[in-house]
Amino acid sequence: FEVHRVRFFGLVPAGVRCLACQPRGGRLALARTDGAVEVYNFAANYFQEKVIPGHEARTVEALCWAAGERLFGAGLGGDITEYDLARLCVARSVDGCGGPIWSMAANSSGTQLAIGCEDGSVKLFQVVPGGIQFERNLDRRKGRILCLSWNPSDTHIAAGSIDILRVFDVSSGRTIQRIMVNYHVQKLKRECIVWSIAFLSSGAVVTSDSFGRVQFWDWERGTLLESHTVSTSAVLSLAVSEKEDSIIVGTSTGATYQFQLLPVKMGSLEKRWVRTKPFQHHTHDVRAVAHSSTALISGGLDAQLVIRPLMEKMQKKGYEAALRKFTFPHRRLVSCARKARLLLFQFSQHLELWRLGSTEETGKDGEVLPLCRMPEHLVQLKSKGPEHIYCSSVSPCGSWVAYSTASRFHLYRVQYEGDSVSVEKVPKVPKLLLPAYQLQFSSDSDSLFVASARGSVHVLQLLEPGGCKHLHTFQPPSGSPEAVYLLASSADGHWLAAVGGDWAIHIYNLKCFQHHCMVPMYSCAVTALAIHPVTNNLVIAYSDQQLFEFSIPQKQYTTWSRTVQNCGLHKVWLERDSPITHITFNPKNPSHILLHDIYMFCVLDKSLPLPDNSALLMNQSTLKQLPETARQRQLHAFKICKKFQPLLFADLLDENCLVMVERPIMDIKTQLPPPIQQKKFGT
Amino acid sequence: MVAPAALRVVRCGGSTLHGVRAVFSADSKQVGPGYLLCASGDFVKMYSVTTEETLRLMGGHADLVTGIQLNPHNHMQLYSSSLDGSIKLWDFMDGIPIKTFTIGSKLLALYALASSEDSVFVVIPKSGERDTFQLVSVKLTKAAGHDLEAKELSVVLDGVDASPKRIAFGREGEYVASVKDVNLQVYFFKQKQLNRFSVSAMKTKGGNNHFTCIACHPTEDCIATGHADGKIRLWRNFCHKKEYTFSTLHWHHDTVMDLAFSMEGTRLLSGGVESVLVLWHNESDCQRDFLPRLGSAIEYISMSSDGTLCCTLHTDNRITIINSNLRFCKSIQGLIRSMDVKTGLVVDPRTKALVLNGEPGHLQFYCLQSDQQLFSLDIVQRQYIHQAGLNQTDLVKVAFSAQGKWLATVEEREELSDPGLQLKLWFYDEETQSFKLNTRINTPHEDHITDMCFRDMDELEDDSLILVTAGRDCVFKVWVMVEDTDPEAQQSVSWSCDFVGSYHNYQATNCCFSEDGSLLAVSFEETVTVWDSVTWDLKCTFCHPPGKIRNICFGRLTCSKYLIGATDYGFLCCWNLLSCALEWSAHLNVLVLQPDPLSEHIAAVSWLSKESSLFVFKPNEPRPIYIQKNLCKEKIQLAAFVPRDEPETISSEKYLWLRRSQLFFLTDTQELMTLSTKSLEERLTPSSKQLAVEESLPVTPFSLLLGKHRRQQSQEDIDLGKPVVHNKHEQDSPAVKELLHTPAHVLPSASFLCPIFINSLLISKENKSAEEVADEVEMESEKTEDDSDEERDVTEMEQEDTSPVELLGEMTCKLSKSQEKELRKIRKMDYSWIAAF
Repeated sequence: FEVHRVRFFGLVPAGVRCLACQPRGGRLALARTDGAVEVYNFAANYFQEKVIPGHEARTVEALCWAAGERLFGAGLGGDITEYDLARLCVARSVDGCGGPIWSMAANSSGTQLAIGCEDGSVKLFQVVPGGIQFERNLDRRKGRILCLSWNPSDTHIAAGSIDILRVFDVSSGRTIQRIMVNYHVQKLKRECIVWSIAFLSSGAVVTSDSFGRVQFWDWERGTLLESHTVSTSAVLSLAVSEKEDSIIVGTSTGATYQFQLLPVKMGSLEKRWVRTKPFQHHTHDVRAVAHSSTALISGGLDAQLVIRPLMEKMQKKGYEAALRKFTFPHRRLVSCARKARLLLFQFSQHLELWRLGSTEETGKDGEVLPLCRMPEHLVQLKSKGPEHIYCSSVSPCGSWVAYSTASRFHLYRVQYEGDSVSVEKVPKVPKLLLPAYQLQFSSDSDSLFVASARGSVHVLQLLEPGGCKHLHTFQPPSGSPEAVYLLASSADGHWLAAVGGDWAIHIYNLKCFQHHCMVPMYSCAVTALAIHPVTNNLVIAYSDQQLFEFSIPQKQYTTWSRTVQNCGLHKVWLERDSPITHITFNPKNPSHILLHDIYMFCVLDKSLPLPDNSALLMNQSTLKQLPETARQRQLHAFKICKKFQPLLFADLLDENCLVMVERPIMDIKTQLPPPIQQKKFGT
Repeated sequence: MVAPAALRVVRCGGSTLHGVRAVFSADSKQVGPGYLLCASGDFVKMYSVTTEETLRLMGGHADLVTGIQLNPHNHMQLYSSSLDGSIKLWDFMDGIPIKTFTIGSKLLALYALASSEDSVFVVIPKSGERDTFQLVSVKLTKAAGHDLEAKELSVVLDGVDASPKRIAFGREGEYVASVKDVNLQVYFFKQKQLNRFSVSAMKTKGGNNHFTCIACHPTEDCIATGHADGKIRLWRNFCHKKEYTFSTLHWHHDTVMDLAFSMEGTRLLSGGVESVLVLWHNESDCQRDFLPRLGSAIEYISMSSDGTLCCTLHTDNRITIINSNLRFCKSIQGLIRSMDVKTGLVVDPRTKALVLNGEPGHLQFYCLQSDQQLFSLDIVQRQYIHQAGLNQTDLVKVAFSAQGKWLATVEEREELSDPGLQLKLWFYDEETQSFKLNTRINTPHEDHITDMCFRDMDELEDDSLILVTAGRDCVFKVWVMVEDTDPEAQQSVSWSCDFVGSYHNYQATNCCFSEDGSLLAVSFEETVTVWDSVTWDLKCTFCHPPGKIRNICFGRLTCSKYLIGATDYGFLCCWNLLSCALEWSAHLNVLVLQPDPLSEHIAAVSWLSKESSLFVFKPNEPRPIYIQKNLCKEKIQLAAFVPRDEPETISSEKYLWLRRSQLFFLTDTQELMTLSTKSLEERLTPSSKQLAVEESLPVTPFSLLLGKHRRQQSQEDIDLGKPVVHNKHEQDSPAVKELLHTPAHVLPSASFLCPIFINSLLISKENKSAEEVADEVEMESEKTEDDSDEERDVTEMEQEDTSPVELLGEMTCKLSKSQEKELRKIRKMDYSWIAAF
């Protein structure tokens, strides 16, 4: 293959601002510094299930789940926002009337929300069906409320402020305890910021502060129970497990620490908090931590979400026990115009269109070829308004570019005249149900598929020179509340597959605009799918790393897929921690399927036998050393290449030309503000 | 008591003799400030914590002592285990072995628990398998008798490590934890439950995380383990197989050598090769204190039971006592183990100390009697940087003049091309009691200096002192002192080269003066040349081909006409200087050839078929006087005769050569060994007992009075200019004691006793004038009387309940004393009893 190694995608993912675990649920909500909210599903291998793009004016400082499945966010804009997780947009927003909101917490039953504001007030909101209702103000004092915590019986609220922590009685609204946090350190003139607080059922209040301490207070007496100095810099975040026997804290040096409540002696009732495991997964501030029942989750300003499973809670060692680090979204941010050799990069506020470089030389395997034409930055499209881009796409011929924000859908016609490029907005775009969650051009570039809410897919016909017409809207026959987030169209323009948030895959016939069939439901999220250009088989990758092949014309799984299911995939394959994000095919060899995730690129050869668990999965380097006859015996279906990391996108331009989009982590780090300087021994 | 059987080889210092953690004696009213008990070679040593003196040497084991533990039920008793397969129970206050339990197999570590009534735990090799060890509990029978057999063994843990640092007993003996490689196993005695944990064996960044040591929290369920990558892990919740957890403390950059918890468990001490003692507070990663610059790597850490003191044992045989607020308190320095003893073993004529390489660039003066370093002389005077690959300057040769007035040293860099040689001459300054640099000669030879010697003449004047150096640049040089003509020079004399001799352009390898100093023998590769030391004429040459000359020496006293040489090809030759002919030769692969300075005897150590053998002979007869085959398994590198302070009474003809000097060996593992005719029990020095008693004196007005008296005396001692007076009167005391211990009615008349008494004091001080001696005798006799008086008192006080009869007997023996003394004694006794209450 001739490989285009693309490193000019300047994506800088936004840092993680806050995390919220759904109580007794399997979901994790994450808010980024740019206001985007993401939902991860624990059951589906921590797959990034939903993404709600950010908004310039709407930062999220706190997230919480309330009343079961409802997700609320609050930010410095002063609004409390409820998110519609089915339509992936803001459902409604209520003004908190207290200036910027720094913190928010829901009580244990999820019926009330408390917010802490800039002006020092703590306000209670009642969660009612269809919104929230202001209930009352608690005792107001000066100083912003940076963190809040309800006690498990919902009678008291602890609030952390600068130099002080207060405990409110919910029924009377009075402050019943004030604790000066840095009372013991009198000489210091610096103010001590209580960054995070947690109210335990034992009556202890845990605070983490900017002096690097984690302190346990008896709130009734206002005395310090225990103090652990964890770090020389601030401890920014804190989370308690549901059983209250473990606490995780995150510091501004990028380290996270676990505290455990352990019996002092065997069999005795006396227990003490002991700092146990330190983890250094981040390079920058750990702004948010969460504690699920089986894992410690931390998110930092370096945009990484780290899920560290607790080994002792695991029943068996498997893919669940793997440490996961997520930096990049599990979505496609790059689209490729195969014929025109263009790449479209999606940023939060703009799009970039690049032309790939080319070379005339040929070389041996592994050789780097000199470029005769450098890659060229053609167009930068800025989206208007404060909203961030949901999705974007470029047509295979390269003359159409489409993107969508929360409220708008744009289609552009791009024309190339020599070296100059002209971009023209297509007027009179039909009014559609917005936003669009996924855009896909057909392979002959004359129609555009728009994935939309309620499981519907719109088909637009593109007209020369620069126009479009709404042809049809597909709806799943049974109806669905969830939005469609993945689309795949066949090369012959006959079929379209769409996946909604309920993970049901519907296949539509494009010729007669009919619902063709539905792939049997599987209990995991679909991470990628594609239709084979020759056989019209639909290849599906699930978040538990399973692969299926479904024959569309026959409406059933293929025999290869059944053998895969019978034999089972290789253990190492199943234990990978990142989902397959893109599938494509080799037109030259119909039995080849090209897959990739963040860390590897794999050519799956259906004609070769599947490896069993004793075989080496990544055997490419050993194969190279073997003689030809021995090689034949060692061959198996998975040919894995780990040369390109982290791989954001890979596609086949033509029969022997591959494009790989990489985003080295180091490049991102250089664009982040410098971390806290720490002396490292030996450097 | 015991007939002088065969000579025994006794380890007496050096190497890694501190094989186990030291033990502090329990602090109690009766014991006083406390002692430090330490295993040292075959012995257990007891040091005083306050004065750092060696109070007692408890010998009795026939092999290395591998474990010492206080008897948890009686703090005055000590268990010790040894490789010879026995456990001994000692009364360490009196140095008496109470019981010996024979177990049979090698014992590698010993643990005693308060909760287990009559059993101790030992590590023994598993029978039938190599390199596997098991922890067993041994039931110590309570039967009467001195030597007992303990055969009731029950295995507690299998597959433990041999190192005593890798097993620890937890809170109140509830569990035992052991580490090996990457595995930790914890056994709970009550539940009979064994939990195993392991850390990942993956090597991270060059360091491996093998366990190196373990310590258990005294009150909580917490285990601290040290790792080879410098981390300390604190394990908790290990009673659950799955839900265990640990936290990590990391400061050390290399292996954590030992760990110790304070008595309350709030503080944890750790040490490693950084020679920094780290104190961790509250198991927190952030709160820690350091005690840096402890000199060398910390091997063992132990805490006293009251938590006020801790003690670290270092790889260079030093014991450091550190008080509770991490201040350096005291240090007891044994023989420093240096990288390579290039200087050889040299005896300082002044202090009778053994002189050899110490710390890099230093010369250590090591006192053999007390197994302590007297002082360390910085020769190179350059900062030593611990880093691999640097070419360090090190000391290679040392020589003393006859009276120890002059010291010559040679230092060179570890480079082949440019050794950067320096010859330094040091003058002993009486005022400061140390050596002062007199002359420094840069590049005395073009190439490495192979040998160096002073002309060894007692009666000659200072200015005839001659130093000869032999170099690989094919010459030997003669250095003499010259008066300094320069008026600005601070010193009156300096050294300069007088004569350069060579022989056929061969490399000079050894040089040696005859006893009267008239002849100099220099060996040039295969040839020995003999020179007249006045005219520097070549007198004659000797040769015994094939083979280069390895060692040469002249005979002494009656045999001074002989010259002995040893060659590479395994020949020992003796030439007669008068006839210039070979007297005799023997086939012997001699490694070390060492003449006794006080007798005709010459010791030769050979290395044959993986064992060293000792041959002692007189040059005038080709038959050796004494042969000891299989001296030790290791290669003996160096040997030295150290003159005894008083000639030992040796009954057997065979060992007469040991009468005036003692022979010491240094093996290549740097263990210092000696030969002793005495049996185990006899080696307990009588003086140590006395000192111990002095030590435990309660502070009474009399003891203050006595202290003043003693101080006065020591001042007088200093006036007399004899730095080792202490030793001497200790040596005297047996004779005195004998006199005093005999009941009065059996004593012969005083006129008969008097000369014996005085003679016993005279022997070691021949060079003193008669008046001085007389003065001294008076004073010393008074003092020894005092000493013995008070000693007896205190023993009485300690053993009040033992036998009043004995007490009476002692009273009667002192009837001859004056009235005044009687009165004083009664007063004294009153005081001491009051104090005891």
